[in-house]
Amino acid sequence: MIQERLSITVAGSGGAGAVTVGNTLLEAAGLTGWYARLTRSSGPQIRGGEVAATVCLSSHPIQSEPTHCDLLLALDWKNISRFADEMVLNRHSMVISDPAQGAVPDSIRDSGAHYLAMPFKALAAQAGGARPNMIVLGVAAQLAGLSRKSVEQTLEKTFHGDRRFVTGMAGVDAGIAAALPVNGLDLPSAPTPSRAERWSITGNQAAALGALRAGVRFAAGYPITPATEVLEWLALALPKLGGEFVQAEDELAAVNQIIGASFGGVPAITATSGPGLALMMESIGLAVAAEVPIVVIDVMRGGPATGIPTKSEQSDLNIAIHGLPGDAPHLVMAPTSVNDCLDTTHWAVKLSEWLQVPAIVLSNQALGQTRMIDNKPAPREWATERKVPDQVDGAYQRYQLTPDSVSPMTLPGMPGGQYTAEGLEHDESGIPSVRARDHLHQLDKRRNKLAEFDYGDYWADVEGAGSTAIITWGATVGAARELLARSPEFDGGLRLIALRLLAPEQPGPMAKMLRGVKRILVVEQSHGAQFYRYLKSGYDLSVRMRSFCRPGPVPILAVEIATQLQQWDSS
Amino acid sequence: MKGKPSHAFSTKCYKSDIKPIWCPGCGDFGVLASITRALAILQVPPEEVAVVSGIGCSSRIPAYLNAYGFHGVHGRALPLATGLKLARPELTVLVAGGDGDGFAIGGNHFLHACRRNADITYIVMDNQVYGMTKGQASPTTEPDWDLSQLTPGGPGMNPFLPLLLALGSGANFLARASSSDPGGAADILVEAIRHPGFSFVQILSPCLTFQPEQRKWKKMVRPAPVKATTDPVRAAKRLMTDDNFFVGVLYQGERDPYEESSEEVTCKLDSLESEFQLPGLL
Repeated sequence: MIQERLSITVAGSGGAGAVTVGNTLLEAAGLTGWYARLTRSSGPQIRGGEVAATVCLSSHPIQSEPTHCDLLLALDWKNISRFADEMVLNRHSMVISDPAQGAVPDSIRDSGAHYLAMPFKALAAQAGGARPNMIVLGVAAQLAGLSRKSVEQTLEKTFHGDRRFVTGMAGVDAGIAAALPVNGLDLPSAPTPSRAERWSITGNQAAALGALRAGVRFAAGYPITPATEVLEWLALALPKLGGEFVQAEDELAAVNQIIGASFGGVPAITATSGPGLALMMESIGLAVAAEVPIVVIDVMRGGPATGIPTKSEQSDLNIAIHGLPGDAPHLVMAPTSVNDCLDTTHWAVKLSEWLQVPAIVLSNQALGQTRMIDNKPAPREWATERKVPDQVDGAYQRYQLTPDSVSPMTLPGMPGGQYTAEGLEHDESGIPSVRARDHLHQLDKRRNKLAEFDYGDYWADVEGAGSTAIITWGATVGAARELLARSPEFDGGLRLIALRLLAPEQPGPMAKMLRGVKRILVVEQSHGAQFYRYLKSGYDLSVRMRSFCRPGPVPILAVEIATQLQQWDSS
Repeated sequence: MKGKPSHAFSTKCYKSDIKPIWCPGCGDFGVLASITRALAILQVPPEEVAVVSGIGCSSRIPAYLNAYGFHGVHGRALPLATGLKLARPELTVLVAGGDGDGFAIGGNHFLHACRRNADITYIVMDNQVYGMTKGQASPTTEPDWDLSQLTPGGPGMNPFLPLLLALGSGANFLARASSSDPGGAADILVEAIRHPGFSFVQILSPCLTFQPEQRKWKKMVRPAPVKATTDPVRAAKRLMTDDNFFVGVLYQGERDPYEESSEEVTCKLDSLESEFQLPGLL
């Protein structure tokens, strides 16, 4: 059987080097023309805890998580039970471990997977003191059909050609030799060489890059899993571009620092996760009231409270849309793939700047920390810039009512443009006011500038034209996309509607996309059906609707969506 | 300003035409006068000044000035000003607020602003009370002050010593002034603004409505008997032993200010992006 893709998991204690193996396999696959995807699964313990790296190879761009594991290489069995839920093994799977690391756990033995013993540690010792993970790398490369040269080139880059590279390659060679007699893995059809420019990038890096492409030159942040990599990349990149990065004392400071920078005219961003977003909410409301553009990326994790910091969920939708006190219209958007973290963040900055409003970008752990080898997207451009007057003539009114409800914004340094940005309700000049008329005018203005803006087609992706619509968002779009690609046999056909702009609602464009739709399955990774409820309350959807919601940390798979639809058919 | 040379900014140039909401006799009037006076001495063009504040009676001050202003949320003025200053280093950035805003809800930012040492001036109008919410104990209120229903019998905790806290957090310019002497306070503010790095000025600014006893402050304040020290050990001793009514610059250290990244572009975005590029296929 030729399958669509190959999935290899390397598991072991933190520090045993599973992630190094995963990264090397990914890059080596990229050098050989494969599309690939690397997901890391880890617990809270940095050293000695559990780590699994799963690499998926395919001759086509990869949309979603693998349904099962073809090859599991266990460096040891410590804490493996913590991954049991995430690792689907069956009779097509192969499991290899070092008998010296103990017996195969029952759950794995009972999965029906084919088992092979291989003395990784002893082989490593014989290979001149290589680390056992290098043996595993050689075994995996051999079984996946990756060339020695591709592994060598990648390792050389990783270890900068130092001594670890030489001993590492000795280990790889011993692993390749040990795997030579082994066969039995079904490999996907080999990739066809493509002219498309490919890159290797995580969602968090792509989001940071998107911000820079949009002109962001100031960022501040407080470390938090799984968002820190967005900040790390910005911290390295911004100074080279003449920009500034600040590590703040907390999230309250981070969001206020970016508000200050943006008030000064420099487009600014921060990144955080659920707990940090909760801390930032008051000041995001300030940015709504004072009309200061800022972008906050929330790389969602399991919640509530500290929740499951290292795993994914889509359960910050409610707070992102409804979490601000008062009537506070703002933008909420979500990337629909790892690659799309680039453009969605770029778009968020551009819209935020034009509309002088905060934008919350809802990424999540599954997008942010997954590394992909994919086609590099063609650069996109949006022409929206902040409305800054060249000069000020006469009396300046910061919050002037205008036809498009966006007021010209002066920047410090501009003579005659002095005003006080105000979190209190104010009149058009910015002077605090408790008058009913001023309050209503400013509320209308802040709502209308968002409601009357034309967001264009980019607000949502529609794929397929069937009468059964799957409406979803964020990381689960990949699973739905995969279902559409594989299962055209549903009666009446499928249609995928993936929302990129979650707030404000787009009733007109949504109605257009739903023409001919007879029923809607709403798919999301939350326990409380947050997205389903939001669609029900925010849109006038008169067709039959069902919710398929499931919490993290295990990703939603295409096959689960298919099961939901089949059950709906038969009920 | 038409027809006048641009270097002649009078105190009036820094005043807006909005009437303050403050009670009669509020010390903040004196602070407002000292800020406009200091800016006139420094001759900074009003558009190059930004005044950032949080919430409270004193935090209303940006609107009363002719400058760029930001009246933000409670307790977050310092980080907002830090972001502004680092993004726009050429601006003169002042932060103004009260003791509740600065030392209670914003306490953590106060410590870290002292430590970061960005070139901003922080003016705290200290009246030892929350005025805007009608008289509750603040972090600088005496433990036996029993005029608030929220803390019957008094807060029962010793007040913060803001200048000492600032010193311990790494602040490099510490001064105390009094709203009853706007001229003297203005001179201190001039020094604070000129000082490279974070400067902290505690201005005793009475609230006659909720702390009528503070009427006496005017007679209790007096110039510090010795000049500012550059030795943090001596400064600590002075601040531990003074009675909180000496005014003047009390400590001026020599720590380098926080350095923002150069505005020079050393790399194009395209070349940063190339880090993600896969090398050619094997």
